[in-house]
Amino acid sequence: MKKFDKERVLLAVAGPVIALVAAILLTSVVLIASGKSPIEPYTLMLEQAGYSDVQVLIVNQASMYYVAALAVAIGFRMNLFNIGVDGQYRLAAMMTAVVGANIALPSFLQIPLLLLVGVLTGAFWAGIAGVLKVTRGVSEVVATIMLNAIATSLIGYLTLDNIWGVQVGNNNTTGIMKDSGWVPGIDLGADVGEIYGLVFLAIALGIVYWVVLNRTRFGFDLRATGESETAAAASGVDAKKMVLTAMLISGGIAGLSGLPLLLGDAHTYSLSFPTGLGFTGITIALLGRNNPVGIAFAALLIAFLDKASPALDYATPVAYEKEIATIMQGLIVFAVVISYEAVRQWGLRRQQKRVGAELAAAAQNTKKEVTV
Amino acid sequence: MHALVGENGAGKSTLMKILYGMQKPDEGTIAVDGEQVTFSSPADAIARGIGMVHQHFMLADNLTVLENVVLGSEKLYGIGGNARKKIKEISDRYGLGVRPDALVEDLGVADRQRVEILKVLFRGAKTLILDEPTAVLVPQEVDALFDNLRELKSEGLSVIFISHKLGEVLSVADEITVIRRGTTVGTAVPAETTPRQLAEMMVGSELPTPETAESTVTDKPVIQVAHLTVYASGGASLGVESEPTAGGVSGMISPEVALGGEVKKALDDVSFTIHAGEVMGIAGVEGNGQTELIDALIGTKNADSGTIAFLGEDITPWSTRKRRESGVGYIPEDRHRQGLLLEAPLWENRILGHVTEAPNAKGFWLNIKGAQADTRRIVEEYDVRTPGIDVTAASLSGGNQQKLIVGREMSHSPKFLIAAHPTRGVDVGAQAQIWDRIREARRAGLAVLLISADLDELIGLSDTLRVIYNGTLVADADPATITPEELGSAMTGAATGHLEHVDEEHVDDAETTEEAAGPEDEAR
Repeated sequence: MKKFDKERVLLAVAGPVIALVAAILLTSVVLIASGKSPIEPYTLMLEQAGYSDVQVLIVNQASMYYVAALAVAIGFRMNLFNIGVDGQYRLAAMMTAVVGANIALPSFLQIPLLLLVGVLTGAFWAGIAGVLKVTRGVSEVVATIMLNAIATSLIGYLTLDNIWGVQVGNNNTTGIMKDSGWVPGIDLGADVGEIYGLVFLAIALGIVYWVVLNRTRFGFDLRATGESETAAAASGVDAKKMVLTAMLISGGIAGLSGLPLLLGDAHTYSLSFPTGLGFTGITIALLGRNNPVGIAFAALLIAFLDKASPALDYATPVAYEKEIATIMQGLIVFAVVISYEAVRQWGLRRQQKRVGAELAAAAQNTKKEVTV
Repeated sequence: MHALVGENGAGKSTLMKILYGMQKPDEGTIAVDGEQVTFSSPADAIARGIGMVHQHFMLADNLTVLENVVLGSEKLYGIGGNARKKIKEISDRYGLGVRPDALVEDLGVADRQRVEILKVLFRGAKTLILDEPTAVLVPQEVDALFDNLRELKSEGLSVIFISHKLGEVLSVADEITVIRRGTTVGTAVPAETTPRQLAEMMVGSELPTPETAESTVTDKPVIQVAHLTVYASGGASLGVESEPTAGGVSGMISPEVALGGEVKKALDDVSFTIHAGEVMGIAGVEGNGQTELIDALIGTKNADSGTIAFLGEDITPWSTRKRRESGVGYIPEDRHRQGLLLEAPLWENRILGHVTEAPNAKGFWLNIKGAQADTRRIVEEYDVRTPGIDVTAASLSGGNQQKLIVGREMSHSPKFLIAAHPTRGVDVGAQAQIWDRIREARRAGLAVLLISADLDELIGLSDTLRVIYNGTLVADADPATITPEELGSAMTGAATGHLEHVDEEHVDDAETTEEAAGPEDEAR
């Protein structure tokens, strides 16, 4: 059945490609409408990607996006929309920073401990939404959105200097973490920068994600629940347990997504710690079709838009607004959702037709054999 | 009145979809009243006077008949008095007996069907397409439907009628077209054709009959259900959104289940025993508790009281997975919702339901090679017509999907099989295969609970027959003597107790079924 495999690859690639082309075209329309060159911003941004220091920034940013997107994707695979990755990630990063600033173990214990704190905090925060859904039927979308807001307030409270915070200037921080909890990166030279050590954790998570989903019984149950809740229930999947487990895993992964930055560079959680990672993760999971390799490409693409766009502001002779990249990200989400559904339906119909055609051909052959 | 018959996957549905504008033809033409037409949507077809009554009703339960009829075509006669007058007029003219202000949820299956027909007529249809209209009806209701259809015919309307039941087709149709594998293989005039000839045209082989040969019933009880009671969903579990109501699946709830403010018992004190080698058939109009009974047996919704024992062990608190692992096979009533992952390849569908068992798993891991190899075997042995095991389940026809499910369940040598409508929507050829498989396993000591709307299948395949009505087992019958008509009247609640064939002189033990466990089972 090689033909169907080839077809599947085609279908898998067609969606993102159509979406990206559509997004670029629409962005160009915006550029033309505002009286600017519809081409030059792209060439400027592509130029940026040639610089190795920008490349390092892209890889580092992509690693965080990747982990956040995996957290979203595992929910998507079973029809759970964990929109609260952002809150889970921020709360987990803060808790990890607090623990890292107050406990000093040797590195080989400290780093696993910090990772564990991140996972548990994220899982706990997502687990609240999971428990609410399982026991009271509260939609996880609503619950996680609210938990995002609650996380913001909670973090604001916990980083007050009379609780766990340390005031540095007018910035609330958690204090500098003990350096046994710092994860060394790959230093590429003073003017290039350092790749976070936890980039490898992101890669490992991607591999584990694939293996668990595609090669284990648990993964099969999870996917089955996502594809048809009723069929999964009839096949013996405990839907409630599955919802809770998936929420916990999603939150746990979300809890890890801030750590490449925290343990690799920032070493403290402060007001300037990036927010919105979880929402970008949703875009990336969608664009990457919940596939670990697809998500990797999507994460690199979005990270590229992020890190290459600031240069637009300083371009000569004409400066462009770097928000063009934001517009493009938004358009990508739109285009992705529409093109994937279109491609999916087209693919299903096409396959139905082909199966019909092949069966008819087979029937024809046997009929001939009989008559001969 | 034109009937269209053919095997599953023969292309009946595709043809009807094209006629109704849901799908576009690649080649060829359609002519209405001698005029060539192309439809790009059902709206075009309706404008041309073609209407379709789907097998699964498309009615909103919480609206009245009037509201359901005008829904979507408010422009025709408005939504008030005019529309009501029109509905009355159509209803009287064709003898449909529809009350415009009744709530649809209070209507029985046959009434709902008449509302569907009226809906189509209201939109000005001159040609009606009926997709397996008799599948959900008991014999008496079928006769009433045919009377309605004859009325329509005499008023100059045309009816296209799709059915698997050849006897019906012959009795009601003026002309029959048989299609096989996408082409017309012949037309027949009912007066000159026997069911056997028709069936042979359809499949090119002999007509199968669901006859059980010698009894294989043993005295070893496999499943013992005692005083099983299940409350209707919606009453007890408020706020649980994922719990579809019993009738929601097929759009049918018996009036009794839907009525009443207090918590309704979907199953009330049901007791029975099925022995190794025994097929127990349950007859009943859909929505009388069959779904709840299946759910309680497979464990997707637990019993509210009562016990279920499997091979002597109380399995009432067991999870669905544990039940399946220990040898309960399940052919679900709605294969698309419960039996398949439509967008997953066939081999993943082979894993579904048996993910913890060989050859699908090795400990914690999936055994993909093993599952694929076994899928190939099932495809081969059960004659699942597919170009390969990597195609999605959705691309197979209904009959082939069902063969895959039967193959999957039988491959784990179950000790107890729940077979809900095992041959629904399956063509004659595949039907025979499925019956053979069930009979084969029965000889080897399998206990089967058979729930079916096809009374011939029930009577032919079962060793014991029970009738379920309004959540209780109201009657039992001997499949060797009972006729579909007698069974049908018990299904409407008209007869209770032990059903005897009328030819026999005395109805001796009519009251013995008061005893919950049932006389026949105890006797064995």
